[in-house]
Amino acid sequence: MSKEKNIEFIFLSVSLITLFILLGIFAFLFATGIHAFSEISLKEFFLGKEWNPSSYSGPKWGILGLIMSTLMIVIGSLIISVPLGIASAIYIAEIAPKKSKEIIKPTIEMLAGVPSVVLGLIGLLVVAPLIAKIFNLSSGLNALTSSIIVSIMALPTIISISEDVITSLPKDFKEASLSLGATKWQTIKMVIIPASLSGLIAAVMLGLGRIVGETMAVLMVAGNSIAFPNSFFDPIRPITANIAIEIKEVVKGSLHYEALFAMGLVLFCITFIVNLISDSIIKKRVEKYRW
Amino acid sequence: MVEKIKIENLNFWYGEKQILSKVDLNFSENKITALIGPSGCGKSTLLRCMNRMNDLITISKINGNILFNSKNIYNESIDVTELRKKIGMVFQKPNPFPMSIFENVAYGLRVQGIKEKKEIVKIVEESLKKADLWDEVKDRLNGSAFKLSGGQQQRLCIARALAINPEVILMDEPCSALDPIATAKIESLLKKLKNEMTIIIVTHNMHQAKRVSDYTAYLLNGNIIEFSETKSLFNNPKNKLTKEYINGEFG
Amino acid sequence: MVMKKDKIKEIIYINLLRISGFISLAILIFIISFIILKGIGVINLTFLTSIWTHNDITQGGIIQAIIGTIMLGIGVSIISIPLGVCTAIYLHEYASNNILTKSIKLSIRNLAGIPSVIYGLFGLAFFVLFLKLGGSVLSASLTLGCMTLPWIITSTEEALKAVPDSFREGSYALGATKWQTIKKNVLPNASGGIITGSILGVSRSLGETAPIIIVGATFFISYLSYSPLDKFMALPYHIFILATQHSSPYAQQYALGTALVLISVIFIMNLSAFIIRYKIRGKKEW
Repeated sequence: MSKEKNIEFIFLSVSLITLFILLGIFAFLFATGIHAFSEISLKEFFLGKEWNPSSYSGPKWGILGLIMSTLMIVIGSLIISVPLGIASAIYIAEIAPKKSKEIIKPTIEMLAGVPSVVLGLIGLLVVAPLIAKIFNLSSGLNALTSSIIVSIMALPTIISISEDVITSLPKDFKEASLSLGATKWQTIKMVIIPASLSGLIAAVMLGLGRIVGETMAVLMVAGNSIAFPNSFFDPIRPITANIAIEIKEVVKGSLHYEALFAMGLVLFCITFIVNLISDSIIKKRVEKYRW
Repeated sequence: MVEKIKIENLNFWYGEKQILSKVDLNFSENKITALIGPSGCGKSTLLRCMNRMNDLITISKINGNILFNSKNIYNESIDVTELRKKIGMVFQKPNPFPMSIFENVAYGLRVQGIKEKKEIVKIVEESLKKADLWDEVKDRLNGSAFKLSGGQQQRLCIARALAINPEVILMDEPCSALDPIATAKIESLLKKLKNEMTIIIVTHNMHQAKRVSDYTAYLLNGNIIEFSETKSLFNNPKNKLTKEYINGEFG
Repeated sequence: MVMKKDKIKEIIYINLLRISGFISLAILIFIISFIILKGIGVINLTFLTSIWTHNDITQGGIIQAIIGTIMLGIGVSIISIPLGVCTAIYLHEYASNNILTKSIKLSIRNLAGIPSVIYGLFGLAFFVLFLKLGGSVLSASLTLGCMTLPWIITSTEEALKAVPDSFREGSYALGATKWQTIKKNVLPNASGGIITGSILGVSRSLGETAPIIIVGATFFISYLSYSPLDKFMALPYHIFILATQHSSPYAQQYALGTALVLISVIFIMNLSAFIIRYKIRGKKEW
């Protein structure tokens, strides 16, 4: 019997590693980042509009501009990927003939496998010049192009999960609706979407997580300007890209280094909260539809 | 006797397997007709042909005629959604929508584009009364339909089907998931409803068929073995197979 | 009363949905076609097998990046697959529903959502600096391994869930212990799903760029190195630099060629995973 207990103990110990990694990430971010605040005031960090650690007139540590850039990409990507994603999911789940479904589903899952650096490459070579041409700009590296590329990254997540949610609805609802003389679209609009709503929200939140955390594609098409963005045609630099660009240049242990970790901590907290919210939504759903 | 629905030489396949063979049947207006037979004999399939719910099965094939008010329902010019507003259905397992009791019954009305609130409220109340559920739910119309018992949910589904004023109601073993008391309530409900519409009920319970129906059809392996007035089918079955089934020799 | 207007609305809405589905499909097809058409010109044996020549990139090749990516793949597999599978086994076969289990599950779900840059920062602070492993294949494998872990755990759990409880009960009824049941009964039957999930998880890690930038990838090494303690080149980082920072007029074309190699590798891995899953599903008699 003790061999069994030993084996269980080994498995348990291994499982604790995941707990430690999460705590470790938080710990290192916190431990390093918190030092930054011994020299930078919270007010300047969170409310300062300018981020320029190597500015001639003294370093500026305001992340508001970076947060604004991240926000612009979030909004821009959601505007594109949510309607397109959910509509595609409804199409796949409810309208596509069975044979088509078997081709389209795996194909969209393949889209999820395209690395962000490749998508960034396409953005750089195809989308950015296109945007520049359409809107008569000197460069297509801006918030608009970033939103388009990042929405493509979020699309497979939103489609996949939404489609699962819709397909797992009990067939009874659809049958009852059709037997009352409702058309396909009426059934979708009046029964399927309301009944799936919380699951669709969870899917969008997971997509949101991907959008906030997207680094490479944005690095390549966002234009990387630290100036505070004023429109979608301005080049931007979201938090993720900023960390990735500057971390290689900084002196390890310097204030700049610590400030980047503080920024990482902010990002960590944002994604943590987004995950927590979508988690609780999914849990409520599972309880509600268990019949 | 007006033939509300007439079935002529109906054959139905599910993929390669033939489920119904050469079915000839007619259903009289304002009467209750029961379809009985052992499990798998095709009675539910037959029922679902009549409101074309079988259209949802992509590998199904059908030939023959089903005439509703003397018009073939499989005619190209027939609008299926209109058909289903006239031929309603109640399913074996109660399937209310995840909405309030009120909204469940109002659903069919909204689908038809009825927007006038007063009218909807009136019809919802009438339908719930006809389905013998009004007294039990009138104080909680906005409550979730899932809070009702199984029997109540099934009567809710009946109310929902009644709200759109169909000419025929198809019932697919409506009481098989319910206890005897709930079953009795629904059976007495059916007897009242037949004055206003035609009812076709699939049941695996012979006693229910005897209690409730005016006509009975016995199906075996997709064929109609015997069809006549309920009393004479059960007291004086003409076909040996019918006799065997009724006497419980198999099924 | 069905009005013509309603019928038209119905057709419009259904077709809007249809068009959305096709747009999503078209995006993928465009991406893959573009990479293939524009990148194929660069691909030849020299490109795939020579060392990178910084001065004239048309003379050299990406063998070091390929080897770097392969080494990363092996490293990530070694780290994340055993740890991930063991964690999943514990969670699904042993763990009771207490606070510790709930915390572990919460951790896994959160780790899955953390941005790759954050993993990069963690890798830098912990593996590179704290453990003094330096910028190397080892550090990168450990970092990417942490990233891949939640994915492997989740897909292994799904594979274990798919094995019917009746198998376990039958085994216990014959007097087998829990571990014997897992080893001889559950794992063999879940192996298809576990292998598929592992391949997919590792293939995703091969495309990650941000973390490896932060923990050790470089653009140009003048020699071929197989040591895990060394700095390394990798395909995704190579693409990034060629696309954004290289001054050669051929840079972008070579970026496309490298991208083609990268997505081919990922695609082949995904395909094998699907084929394995398909074959094993076919053999399943339950």
